Amino acid sequence: MREVAVIGVGMNKWGEHWEKSLRHIFTEAAILALDDAGVDKIDSLIVGCMSSGLFVGQEHLSSLLADYLGQVPVPAARVESACASGGLALRTGWIEVASGMSDVVLVGGVEKMTDVNGHEATYALGTAADQEYECYHGITFPGLYALIARAHMEKYGTTRQQLAMVAVKNHDNGSLNPLAQYPFKVSVEAVLNSVMVADPLRILDCSPITDGAAALILCPVETAKKLKKPVVKITASGMATDTIALSSRREITWIESTYQAAKRAYAMAGKKPEDIDVVEVHDCFTIAEICVMEALGLVEKGKGGKAVEDGLTSLHGKIPINTSGGLKAKGHPVGATGVAQAIEIVKQLREEAGPRQVKGARVGLTQNMGGSGGSSIVHIFERG
Amino acid sequence: MPTPSRYWREIPQRYRLEAAKCKNCGYIAFPPRLVCPRCQSRAFETIILADAGKIVTYTIIRVPPQPFSDQAPYAVGIVELDDGVRLTGQIVDCAFEELKIGKKVKVEFRKVYEEGEAGVIYYGYKFVPA
Repeated sequence: MREVAVIGVGMNKWGEHWEKSLRHIFTEAAILALDDAGVDKIDSLIVGCMSSGLFVGQEHLSSLLADYLGQVPVPAARVESACASGGLALRTGWIEVASGMSDVVLVGGVEKMTDVNGHEATYALGTAADQEYECYHGITFPGLYALIARAHMEKYGTTRQQLAMVAVKNHDNGSLNPLAQYPFKVSVEAVLNSVMVADPLRILDCSPITDGAAALILCPVETAKKLKKPVVKITASGMATDTIALSSRREITWIESTYQAAKRAYAMAGKKPEDIDVVEVHDCFTIAEICVMEALGLVEKGKGGKAVEDGLTSLHGKIPINTSGGLKAKGHPVGATGVAQAIEIVKQLREEAGPRQVKGARVGLTQNMGGSGGSSIVHIFERG
Repeated sequence: MPTPSRYWREIPQRYRLEAAKCKNCGYIAFPPRLVCPRCQSRAFETIILADAGKIVTYTIIRVPPQPFSDQAPYAVGIVELDDGVRLTGQIVDCAFEELKIGKKVKVEFRKVYEEGEAGVIYYGYKFVPA
């Protein structure tokens, strides 16, 4: 397999973009990535999108997006693994370049979520859970993560306060990210007094509904070295699945798919958790970040809440997590999230993260997750 | 909203808790499957799940999906039945303050939701304090 590098990144401001369509926000991000890479022709396009069918009534994104980017007749594919669709797009693009099938691949992610009302959005997101045996009984996504949170609190003594601190930290970081949907700080009190959605999770424990897109340009490392830019390599891609229904898992508080995906990625890159300088994780809910830190081996099992409380994961902590603001503050256009995570890590490794810069970051990791943990994708990036 | 056939084919599980027990390793699949996730065997026998168990975890849904709009707030939990199988479902006839991990519950046949005044009524299992 060939070594793969990221040579271009593109992302616009995320938020509620009523004036722009799915094809428009995707094309904007793709243009930024092409310009960043200095490329005008691609060999292939891979896009991650969870549910354009339910959100905007549009499938067949391969054709639509290649067309609007002015790249037909390139081969194109839309991939889906619920909220991990963006991570899967990156993995698919990485495989395509590594295998020698294509030299220049545009990897994108997009979700246009505000063309439907709240009920329709809840329904669309719910399709990432088991429709017949979870959603049928009235559970929602905040509800599923609330089940995890309750169990984690009971088993490990994780506190309501610690959950709030995840949101506070991610908003602190997000306040430094002009592209974030919610670039402002929140306090622990604000989180604890926000509206209850599914006990014990409140609205400020939840990532928002977002319109957004993100794009990357991948090529072989040998080609990337000829460009006048720091080379960022993708040195590992790990993916794993687990049962779609939370109730079928052996341990409610443990995200096995993340553990398995990370195990593969660490082995592929020859790295250990302690070698990682900066991390982007899938904090769709505050409890998710705590469980994911544990499954990635960044902290001991059950110690995620304590680590957040001790500031271990803050911007200047030992292991900074979600310097971009995470899904919580940056926004969570589900199909785009996994790609945007990679953009943050590339910026960190290029030392272009401005006020969010983690000094001397050489190795970064992204973790993107589908549903309540039914799929996870982990990538490791290194400065070349 | 499920179509009639989509609803009808789940009736053995929702009304009678029919599950599939692997003839090779004893794993109980609910709903039934064609392949055992533990040993990959394809030979199953039909069994009926236990009708009592305990709460593994729970939440109270305050912002419901549309079909459940008239029911919120309501409790949903994961319950481990006496045969070890875990189900997700509503916990009813129980004050929220009395919900507790480890609490004993039994399975009852109840209405889950309905499609407006003239629409289909959907039934299934719910959990009540034992």
